[in-house]
Amino acid sequence: MTQPILQLENVHTYIEQYHILQGITFDVAENGFTVIVGRNGAGKTTTLRTIIGLWQAKSGTVKLRGQEIQDQTTSEIARAGVAYVPENMGIFGDLTVRENMILAARRGKFDTDRLEWIFGLFPPIKKFWNLAAGNLSGGQKQMLAIARAIIEPSDLLLIDEPTKGIAPAIIEDMIDAFLELKRMQTTILLVEQNFAFAAALGDDVVVIDDGQVVHRGAMETLSSNPDLQQQYLGLALNE
Amino acid sequence: MNKQGTSETVISIGSTTSLLKRDWLPIVIVIAAALIALVFVGSPSIWLTLTLAGLAMGMMVFIVASGLTLVFGLMDVLNFGHGAFVTVGAYLAYAVLTMMTGLTVADNLVLNVLALIAVVIVAAVGAGFLGWIFERIIVRRVYGDHLKQILITMGGMIVIEQVVMMIWGSQEQLIQLPTSLRGAFVMGDAVVEKYRLLVVVFGSVLFLAMYFSLSHTRIGLLIRAGVEDAEMIQALGYRIRRLFVGLFVVGSGLAGFGGVMWVFYRGTLTADIGGELMILAFIVIIMGGLGSITGCFISAILVSVVANYVAFLVPEMAMTSTIILLVAVISWRPRGLFPLTKR
Repeated sequence: MTQPILQLENVHTYIEQYHILQGITFDVAENGFTVIVGRNGAGKTTTLRTIIGLWQAKSGTVKLRGQEIQDQTTSEIARAGVAYVPENMGIFGDLTVRENMILAARRGKFDTDRLEWIFGLFPPIKKFWNLAAGNLSGGQKQMLAIARAIIEPSDLLLIDEPTKGIAPAIIEDMIDAFLELKRMQTTILLVEQNFAFAAALGDDVVVIDDGQVVHRGAMETLSSNPDLQQQYLGLALNE
Repeated sequence: MNKQGTSETVISIGSTTSLLKRDWLPIVIVIAAALIALVFVGSPSIWLTLTLAGLAMGMMVFIVASGLTLVFGLMDVLNFGHGAFVTVGAYLAYAVLTMMTGLTVADNLVLNVLALIAVVIVAAVGAGFLGWIFERIIVRRVYGDHLKQILITMGGMIVIEQVVMMIWGSQEQLIQLPTSLRGAFVMGDAVVEKYRLLVVVFGSVLFLAMYFSLSHTRIGLLIRAGVEDAEMIQALGYRIRRLFVGLFVVGSGLAGFGGVMWVFYRGTLTADIGGELMILAFIVIIMGGLGSITGCFISAILVSVVANYVAFLVPEMAMTSTIILLVAVISWRPRGLFPLTKR
């Protein structure tokens, strides 16, 4: 039985006067691939932003390896071992690809083997190494955002909708890259609207609706059951 | 491949973007403006004098505005109290000069330069320290609220100016350059003031130092990245607050340095000396592109040399030429001469 690396317990988050997360509770298993799915505006992105500390939880606890982190700053949480790829990718467009990667290597050194491995996962990173990142295509920017998040080993990787606005061919490449990350036993918590993409990768799934967890369990259970999909997501994978 | 690899490469930081790919058009415009002015002015010696005076003024505005543009770019803070640091720098220069009269009146270049260095250090450190207090007491409370930032930082500036008047009095003070820096070089028919030349050298060296720091050091990368997306910098594990406070202190210190340059140029000192440059500083940072040091430098030069040429050719248009220039640049490039990608 793998121990959860991340535990959210009855988390409530407000954005100004709006009560977005209304008691979110779920665990993320170590070395597992957990996917959060749900309708637009359900609270998926807010959940990730609360975990990384960009939104402060008003109540409830967020534990990383058993330590409460909900009151820590974003930089403290990142230093504790949480890497984050935001929905807008957070690319520094005025900096080159190389400079983006340099900033992610906080120790001031690249692990050469790891960098080569990343070049293998995302060849455009190597190809456009000295190009201003603002000139990359949407898919290439997403690759850079993920490459930046994995240039140093982390305990937990949070990724927010990596397929948003990305061409289908790039999505296929991204599935291969995520499968490789899975093989490396990287713990990933992914927010995704593309259920086919989520189903291809996830071990576990958390369905959020109106700021609450309405279903959690093995991905296989949800992906193989169109009725459950219809119930929680308003769609079925085989439709 | 393990989670933790073994071989490591130390990263050398430096922009490798080709010079040819840089945006040279705004620089070409500055040169074109100077050449066009040469045609209208007619006399090369007058043109040289006007150009050097414009460059010197531009450098002083750049020194004052460079910290302001980074502070606004990095943390979205509108500091209308920035002029207070110029004032404090100028008065500290006055205080130090008063104590070092022996060094400044001596007809000895080495002693004069030593005095000037001491003045600049005291003014920059003093203004930087005041900036640290200003950030802690005033700015920190109003992050994210531009209206409150404008009101409270202007209020802070008024308070500082009043304190300055309490200490040094409200009457105008005279201030003189160290002996060796007075006077001018005569080159043919052109008169080149020594001090203006010195200001151009100081401003150029500062720009090159800032440009190098921003493009070749880790802290520079962090500032450039933070200007684009401060949230992401935090998510990468960096303490943006420390970076910002450090930048605010450096920006305030630079304003103090600018105050020294400005007060020597002006020759007289009053508590509102800082406010005089602020409108020009804000025009320059908007025209240059918020957060861009290169934009700040080029627009400071453009505004100042054009104002000088216009003041010579059509004196009644001198004040309006800067606004016309601002409108023209913003119509052409709404986010400034050197816009940052995401802003």
